[in-house]
Amino acid sequence: MTAPMGLLYSETEEELRAAVRSLLAARCDPKSVLARIETDRPHDPELWQTLASGIGAAGLLVPEKLGGQGAGHREAAVVLEELGRAVAPLPYLTSAVLATEILLGCDSGDVAPLLRELASGRQVCVPAVPLTLAPGGPLPAAVRDVGDGTLTGTVTSVADAVAADVLLVLADTGLYAVPAASAVLTPQVPLDLTRPLATVTLDAAAGTRLADPATARAAIAGALLSGAGLLASEQLGIAEWCLTETVRHTRVRHQFNRPVGSFQALKHRLARLWLDVASARAAARAAADALATASPDAPLTVAVAQAYCAGVAVRAAEECVQLHGGIGMTWEHPAHLYLKRAKADSLALGTAGHHRGLVADFAELPAP
Amino acid sequence: MTGTTATADELRVRVRGLLAAHPPATTPRTDFLRARFDAGLAWVHYPEGLGGLGAPRSLQTVVDAELEAAGAPDNDPRRIGIGLGMAAPTILAYGTEEQKHRFLRPLWAGEEVWCQLFSEPGAGSDLAALGTRAVLDEDTGEWVVDGQKVWTSSAHTARWAILIARTDPALPKHQGITYFLCDMHAPGVEVRPLRQITGEAEFNEVFLTGVRIPDGHRLGAVGEGWAVARTTLMNERVSIGGMRIPREGGMIATVAAAWRERPELRTHALHQRLLELWVEAEVARLTGERLRQQLAVGQPGPEGSGMKLTFARLNQEISGLEVELLAEEGLSYEDWTMRRPELVDFTGRDAGYRYLRAKGNSIEGGTSEILLNIVAERVLGLPPEPRDDKDLAWKDLAR
Repeated sequence: MTAPMGLLYSETEEELRAAVRSLLAARCDPKSVLARIETDRPHDPELWQTLASGIGAAGLLVPEKLGGQGAGHREAAVVLEELGRAVAPLPYLTSAVLATEILLGCDSGDVAPLLRELASGRQVCVPAVPLTLAPGGPLPAAVRDVGDGTLTGTVTSVADAVAADVLLVLADTGLYAVPAASAVLTPQVPLDLTRPLATVTLDAAAGTRLADPATARAAIAGALLSGAGLLASEQLGIAEWCLTETVRHTRVRHQFNRPVGSFQALKHRLARLWLDVASARAAARAAADALATASPDAPLTVAVAQAYCAGVAVRAAEECVQLHGGIGMTWEHPAHLYLKRAKADSLALGTAGHHRGLVADFAELPAP
Repeated sequence: MTGTTATADELRVRVRGLLAAHPPATTPRTDFLRARFDAGLAWVHYPEGLGGLGAPRSLQTVVDAELEAAGAPDNDPRRIGIGLGMAAPTILAYGTEEQKHRFLRPLWAGEEVWCQLFSEPGAGSDLAALGTRAVLDEDTGEWVVDGQKVWTSSAHTARWAILIARTDPALPKHQGITYFLCDMHAPGVEVRPLRQITGEAEFNEVFLTGVRIPDGHRLGAVGEGWAVARTTLMNERVSIGGMRIPREGGMIATVAAAWRERPELRTHALHQRLLELWVEAEVARLTGERLRQQLAVGQPGPEGSGMKLTFARLNQEISGLEVELLAEEGLSYEDWTMRRPELVDFTGRDAGYRYLRAKGNSIEGGTSEILLNIVAERVLGLPPEPRDDKDLAWKDLAR
């Protein structure tokens, strides 16, 4: 068979999925997620260690010579599907995808030690940018270098900052690595408790310069593209859990002396949702494959995946809440975790509307 | 190649042999298609002698690609879709050796067009409720068929029909049905055009009055017609949506072209809808492509049962948007003259025609509502709704 099989999962990917899934089933069930998210430590550092170094998931995007797995976006996408399925409170998207891609984009020897730390999971590094920052959009200019890599400024809605050892900061003079300890982190109350947000305030904080302004901006733009493309896989995982769980529930829940899943009105809603999820899988796989092969088509494919998958995840979570009836409105049932993650994800790395605007450019369908 | 599995390379050698013996440029179309059938390259997964080589189905793409590259004529799948997509696999599964050898070759070469006499005025989505009767004439061994069928595309050009009729009204509706191969030229077969919302008569009503069908044209056992029909219906859904389309192919192409070429028509509201539909069309293309890749590695996914639903909805929404985009022009219609087209073709037609014809996409080949039930029950495993007609004799059902 010579035809490219870009939209399917390889055997290696399925093995990786099985490993991640069984780890999360054992250590990240909905009960433990619920127990953790309202504490001071919403992230689970021990679980992160196992995922990052035990399974080697943190270094999938990092070349072997820099201490990583030398795998790629297709594999990272599979990990994100599983993390979405478990609404896992882990800094994967921020550290293993966004920060890693920024560092890889810096393309200089200075980033190698930090990349090694990231790839091994020994350190968590997150970009100090708002989670809503989108590919193809303007980059922030909130941080100034007041002299010799001494940074001052405030960035809001920084995801996973509270779990970070190192922050990657874009300043007017380039990209800097700043120890999280030298920044003031003010936790926000996030819509999605599984991906905590903080305001990062730098007040003459010392940073190590990693790249000049042009390189930094290009590296961040590239990371945002990868992040948006791979976020589609997380959204797919969320949608899949919601569909599976809702189907399971409607098969066993009886009302009017019948399983509620036997009513046509509900069957049709679930069948439509299944169609959407199957389509989201194709879109998310296409984005992961385009990124993995550095296809010139990647920016359009990523925009298509984001414009589509964000809505599917939200709809799946909303249907999950509704079709669970009263149970779906309770704190103890995990449906709300998925709804909150799905809705927050629909703002992360650009809204569907933003990505449709990008599609308009790529497909040459200009606005009036 | 008997007893062994053909490889892609062996098939390529065979294709080259066929092309050498029957150069497409100088061989009449039908002769070429017959030769292709005889070489086992029509549908490679069919048995030898019946147009195939018993090879894996996935290898058909190798043959098709080689022949297309050589400019060989293809049998037009739109013209003979019912024969290729439905009649052939059913005859292969249930036919006698004699039936297979009589019908498959002319069917494949397009010499004999087939139509499908399934739906009735009172039995569309509830197909098993059909009332067309077939009674065995003990003296002649022939079946005598009376009834009315509807929505029969190609009935006016078809030579043969697949037909289901009730042979025992005392049994519940899914039983007592028998499957026949009906000669459309037999006395008592009357085809009347059925004019549709487009103004055209692409479909027909077919009236069957005392039509005599020899018992040798029965497909499967007496009373087992429902099981046979299910094979046909399953293949119908497989044949829809298996096509490979390029990005911005299909109906989104014309509306995107109009958007680019005529800036004076653009509004912000239309822009948002256009982009949403463009994205959905692209995702549908990727979903179809993923399904194709699954088939190619021999792991067909259940996505196939959903593709028809998606395409029906998209065709309807996109063509509706197109009429609106055209503003004043959208008020005009190309031609209401009653015509009888041989092919259904959305290209080269007005937006108004596309809008109206697309309405049929969610009805023909299984309504979207029925297909959603199928997805819900067979893919998701949701329980069926209670059915109080299941065990009642057909003759006692309310009508």
